[in-house]
Amino acid sequence: MPTFSLAFPKPATRRVLLFSSLAAVVLFPVALFGLVLVYLPFIQQPVFFAFVRDTLHRDPATWPGTQWVYAGALLVAGILLFTFAALSGGMFSWYERRVAARIQSRIGPNRVGAFGFFQFIADAVKMLFKEDLVPAEADALLFRAAPYFVVTGMTLTFVALPFGQSVIAADLNVGIFYLLAVTALNVVGILLSGWSSNSKWALFGGMRSAAQVMSYEVPSALAIMTPVLMAGTLSMQGIIRAQGGWPWQWFVFRNPAAFVAFFMLYTSQLAEANRTPFDLPEAESELVSGYNTEYSGFRFALYFLVEWANLWVISAIVVSLFLGGWQIPGVTAQDWAAWRGGAELPRFSWWLWQLLSIGVFALKTLALVNVAIWLRWTLPRVRIDQMMNLCWKYLVPAGFVAMLFTLLWQIVVAQAPIVERVSGILLFVVSVYAVYRFLVLTRANVSRVVGDRVDLTNW
Amino acid sequence: MTTSEIHQRLQAQFGEAVGPLSEPKIDPFAVVKADRIVEVCRFLKETPGIELNFCEDLTAIDWPKRDAIEVVYHLFSYKYRHGIVLKVETSRADPRVPSVEGVWKAANWMEREVYDLFGVTFSGHPDLRRVMLPDDWVGHPLRKDYQEAGGYHGIPNLRENPLVELRRLDEARMAEHAKNNPTPPPAGTPPASSAPPADPKA
Amino acid sequence: MSKLVLRRIDRNNEEMLINFGPQHPATHGVLNFLVETDGEVMRRAIPDIGYLHRSLEKIGEMVGYPGYMPYTDRVDYLASMFANEGYASAVEKLIKVEVPRRAQYLRAVSCELNRIASHLVAIGSMASDIGAVTPLVYALREREAINDLIEALCGARLTYNYHRIGGVAFDAPEGWRDKVLRYLDRFDSLLQEWDRLISWNEIYLKRLGGVAVITRERAIDYGLVGPNLRGSGVDWDLRRDIPYSAYPDFKFEVPVGRGWAGTVGDAFDRYYVRVLEMAQSSRIVRQALEKLPDGEYMAKVPRKIKPEAGEALSRVESARGEMAYYVVSDGTERAYRVRERTGSFLAMGIVEDISSGLMIADLIALIGSLDLVAPETDR
Repeated sequence: MPTFSLAFPKPATRRVLLFSSLAAVVLFPVALFGLVLVYLPFIQQPVFFAFVRDTLHRDPATWPGTQWVYAGALLVAGILLFTFAALSGGMFSWYERRVAARIQSRIGPNRVGAFGFFQFIADAVKMLFKEDLVPAEADALLFRAAPYFVVTGMTLTFVALPFGQSVIAADLNVGIFYLLAVTALNVVGILLSGWSSNSKWALFGGMRSAAQVMSYEVPSALAIMTPVLMAGTLSMQGIIRAQGGWPWQWFVFRNPAAFVAFFMLYTSQLAEANRTPFDLPEAESELVSGYNTEYSGFRFALYFLVEWANLWVISAIVVSLFLGGWQIPGVTAQDWAAWRGGAELPRFSWWLWQLLSIGVFALKTLALVNVAIWLRWTLPRVRIDQMMNLCWKYLVPAGFVAMLFTLLWQIVVAQAPIVERVSGILLFVVSVYAVYRFLVLTRANVSRVVGDRVDLTNW
Repeated sequence: MTTSEIHQRLQAQFGEAVGPLSEPKIDPFAVVKADRIVEVCRFLKETPGIELNFCEDLTAIDWPKRDAIEVVYHLFSYKYRHGIVLKVETSRADPRVPSVEGVWKAANWMEREVYDLFGVTFSGHPDLRRVMLPDDWVGHPLRKDYQEAGGYHGIPNLRENPLVELRRLDEARMAEHAKNNPTPPPAGTPPASSAPPADPKA
Repeated sequence: MSKLVLRRIDRNNEEMLINFGPQHPATHGVLNFLVETDGEVMRRAIPDIGYLHRSLEKIGEMVGYPGYMPYTDRVDYLASMFANEGYASAVEKLIKVEVPRRAQYLRAVSCELNRIASHLVAIGSMASDIGAVTPLVYALREREAINDLIEALCGARLTYNYHRIGGVAFDAPEGWRDKVLRYLDRFDSLLQEWDRLISWNEIYLKRLGGVAVITRERAIDYGLVGPNLRGSGVDWDLRRDIPYSAYPDFKFEVPVGRGWAGTVGDAFDRYYVRVLEMAQSSRIVRQALEKLPDGEYMAKVPRKIKPEAGEALSRVESARGEMAYYVVSDGTERAYRVRERTGSFLAMGIVEDISSGLMIADLIALIGSLDLVAPETDR
């Protein structure tokens, strides 16, 4: 009998695994971001027209094929964004599992590839092979259609996310409004799945989720009003351009009401994404599995993919509105114009700076994703009436107050811009001190006798 | 108070409804007439100085030789740290005992269990139904003469001895295998011819 | 002989009858609750037990007195040392045998370690039911260490079968004392970390404070025992008030519910009493190991145990409350009746009456705070 040792592969296999995993860790994000970087500016009008004129040797204004080529280009962009969403969802699932494991003094996935990086691919493939159950009494059409609503809701948001200075699929002038509207498709999907499963537990989950998400749309919208008022536009790129690269130029510090609105928005968005402490709709200990109880196989995997990709989306929204988006510290709008040059196709250095802005955006979003993961694995769950309490009795009035304060603040700032700078620096210093105290407290709270050290030997 | 003092108070109050304290075969007990048990228990709970407010245990013992089922009450007082054991005898054919659920709510589920496993009916109990066994179970298992019914809704309760079962399965499998792959005869034997074998008598 | 009568469900008004279990991530063991709800608020939660009924009391009448000891493990497999001790005490009363001092101390040490392990499971799974998964993993990590210690002592990690009629089965091995003391040093700092992580967490306090309040009188009337009783404010602990075995030699406190989250007798009180009890158990183990006397670990007990006809009741303060063993003998080698009265059985009796008006999430908190386990309820 040949011995098959799965537990401890031979050194050669381990080296192969290590290198391939590291390569994947580096290449997946780089490839995704790189493609996004290269392709999305391409579908903006001036660059696209230049492409048609120079490469296809047609006059873009008069040639009837322009529309078709543009449609094809948009299709490719859609596929690219969807791939980005799916792969980033998968990679965040891996990241969350590793972070959660370390918080719980475990190791997490470490078998499939170095650091368990390919675990999400293994899980996705496994899900594809599972039996696709549709309960006999369930409403077949709605049951099958429900996952697609949530996937659509998630993917459509990637269209308006500002990855970099010019790296955005569609810079709608109602960008943030569009994002709010489209994330509401999640509710439809969850309600449909809860109802069509013909199971009381699923119905419970669906009803809870509908109540939760629709309630938290209100404080979200109110919190969003603050940066919109400060920037004067609903467009995502416009809001980011109104901020600066340095932390004290971010909206969150420039306005005390915006400071409050930042936390409001983050909390409300966590609630909309069904993350703990607001994960009642899928509360495992109460509702078996909530709205996705009856799902199996790939439909089930789609829900979880959406949950992790949504993490990215909500963090990206909060980063764009409050934390300066892709703004690089020290780089101003004139610098961007200078690098762009006057020609149709931008200079090479422009592409590099775009890459840097994507990096800044990604780092900030990752930080917020990290915070969301910490919250999930530390805090218990709130009860539904406490959650409704929080929304309607605390967040909504606070949102109104913040909005009014911002209105007045903007009037004051219009007269005396120094107020904003002072507020920015003051709040920034206070926040840095708070973060420092938080780190000190964390270190003190983890008891030294029991506390774990970071142990990388069992990767 | 010791157990015998409580017993004396009981006898003073209820006379001959309360039997004598048994010889202390490790734990002494007193037999109470069935129809007075509720009053006895209420007296024990509410009299200041006795105050047995904890119904520690309520169970039953089946004595087929005496043709009786004894319902046993272990009572205890948190305040005075004393207690007593009472027993009520009832017939095996039609066991009926008044329920003390009105005195201690703890008796509610314990009496349900006694009903479930012994068949004793507690009159006055608000919700006397089986607690552990399914509602349509037949029989009361803790009785000494309980015979298992041989299955429940088609689920059998007997199983073939695994060693016997495995051997049977093994032999069946080997027989199947032999039938499908007949082994060739060993070398040297003459092939099977159609001629009948020579007649030995010739 | 009444049948279970469920109310007519008014579908137009969002009323539902749902089955909580028997397969459910939150119920502690195989339990079933029939919950009549009006949206999120329950009208009644009717417990439906018996999925784990293994007729242990009937088996007690068939196997002899010594042979029943492994069965007592299964009465509550999370806290099986106490069941062992309860049964052994009852039979020792019947055959009038005195347990040597060393055996009493070893019994106390093993029981208190088991209490810590059982409470770790209780509070860990309660935190996990409320939604925080991390405390469960921490609790189980500590429990693994205790399992290792007890495995060194008696060879088993869950159903120990360690106590015997007349003493204990094995003596403490070489170096075991120091291992336990080293572990306890580590454990005491875990409790502080635990408190900071989850016990005083704002959301946790809101989820448990004021939920499912059981008043003193109700607790005594319904026969609640152990941490459930102490959480409602009744200052009663068998180890201190009716000391048995080696407990008169130990100094320890008995935590009683004080309304830390607002109301005395709410779910948080019952939970926090367990946390404090673990610290006291650790204290007891330290004292016991320091003063561990030499001598026999098993008394001289006849090979065939044939007590005279009679009956005996023994009580132990188990992790889930007072467990009473009532053994009736008729003079033969087999017991005539073995009865275990467990704390979870009575705690189940109170669920239906407390549950009206609670929300479904509160039912989870209630079950977790009462520390119900299916094997104790069904036997």
